[in-house]
Amino acid sequence: MTDVREAITRVHYQEWARVVASLTRRFGDLDVAEEAAAEAFATAVERWPADGVPPNPGAWLTTTANRKAIDRIRRESKRDGKQMEARLLYDDDPPEPSGAIGDERLRLIFTCCHPALAMQTRVALTLRMVGGLTVPEIARAFLVPETTMEKRITRAKGKIKAARIPYRVPSAEDLPARISGVLTVLFLVFNEGYLATGPGTDPVRHDLTAEAIRLTRLIRALMPQDGEVAGLLALMLLTEARRTARVSASGELVALGEQDRGAWDAPLIAEGHRLVRERLAARVAPGRYQILAAIAAVHTSARDARDTDWSQVVALYDQLVHLDPSPIIALNRAIAVAELDGPEMALAAVGRLEDTLAGYHAYHAARADLLRRLGRSSQARAAYGKAIELAGNTAEIAYLTRRRDQLGKHLRRASPPSPPRGQPGAAGARIRKGEHNPV
Amino acid sequence: MQYLFSVIDDTAGLATPDEMAAIDAFNDRLVAEGHWVFAGGLESPSTATVIDNRGGEALFTDGPFLESKEHLAGFWVLQAADLDEALKLAAEGSKACNRKVEVRPFRGE
Repeated sequence: MTDVREAITRVHYQEWARVVASLTRRFGDLDVAEEAAAEAFATAVERWPADGVPPNPGAWLTTTANRKAIDRIRRESKRDGKQMEARLLYDDDPPEPSGAIGDERLRLIFTCCHPALAMQTRVALTLRMVGGLTVPEIARAFLVPETTMEKRITRAKGKIKAARIPYRVPSAEDLPARISGVLTVLFLVFNEGYLATGPGTDPVRHDLTAEAIRLTRLIRALMPQDGEVAGLLALMLLTEARRTARVSASGELVALGEQDRGAWDAPLIAEGHRLVRERLAARVAPGRYQILAAIAAVHTSARDARDTDWSQVVALYDQLVHLDPSPIIALNRAIAVAELDGPEMALAAVGRLEDTLAGYHAYHAARADLLRRLGRSSQARAAYGKAIELAGNTAEIAYLTRRRDQLGKHLRRASPPSPPRGQPGAAGARIRKGEHNPV
Repeated sequence: MQYLFSVIDDTAGLATPDEMAAIDAFNDRLVAEGHWVFAGGLESPSTATVIDNRGGEALFTDGPFLESKEHLAGFWVLQAADLDEALKLAAEGSKACNRKVEVRPFRGE
């Protein structure tokens, strides 16, 4: 009994997207495909405990779902006229081998992540159609009422059908931009898990990070040649590897420099490093995810925070700024610069970002940390206050609050000496690490 | 599949001669490639009259049905295989007329 239930969970995990994708292909309708797939899985839950798990569960589910879809179309065509019946006459194309660009799941992913849909819609639709999460699960993940999420997904399915958003892998010419759109969706899901916001939520939502990794692995298997797909997967793995060390037992964020490195997940780090090495060996100019993964690889290569190769980190950020001149990248670069050139240099760089980042908690958190290290306590306290006000993650709020309150006790303490320039090792040894946003 | 491409204008002026030339070139291409169904430019919203004859007596209102910063300046009705093709045409149309373009599918077949 437990075995059957486990088998159903596993099959759902492995086969959901394939079933939805092949039905969408055959019937040209996401709504029909989704409903029929859900019914087929419900039938499995009902029948398998008595009948046993079929030898080829995926084929069983596809056949059952096909029948459910045909039933529905027959019902509707009786109501709406005969034209829909025509679609049932021709059978599907032969199944395509997985691992190829023609895998039907890829069509499904590209359709769910179509640029004509709003970003939050793409996220919801991808989690539903490709990830197989239920609507209540997705609603909970993004802290919206179920009816809101239901409406969002229904509207998206309606638009895909009425506006004829194509069900196909984009042409070679459009592919890079469209893959990058898909990766944005997956990274968003991952980050919402990693930096979960909301007063009642866990600081890290493992369900979301795990789902994002699973879907990125799927895309990696389908497009093994794409460097950015490999880069994003590596970045997620190297970030996920630090998950348990990143929040203390009392629910407080632990800054990268203070984490128990022995608690990091070694197999995930090894896998992430392998991917980064693979991309380095490819000798193709890296995209932003590959550079971010390389930065994460530098951090996870240091056995001790003091051994971190900060000049390498800053060099990688320089490369990234070139590619993506966003103020958030510049902020993370400045945080790394603090370790290499000292907090004064970094503070000047951070200060230049005020106009664009004044509403972003990480900007104030970075400033607060630098001011604290420079001994400018009252300014640091104000900056921590601003960061706490704007932060949404409970663990981060706890960390920032402790930092701020510590300042109260050590008012007007002498500032630590500035490190000499260009000696990352010495600087690293002398200065306590501030929080370094790993992504 | 037919789509309506609405040209959304947030300026008061009509198309400049350069814009007109770009639109003409784009239109020629639409015809040559078989996308063209119909298109037209509109006079400014101040020339509009709204008629409401739902109550048995036709009421006329001077001016557009909606006063807004943005208004419909013109439109295309075009044939495209799917939304991807339509969006490509819209991107080119927006560039040619130097205005925003909204794409909406026509209902049914």
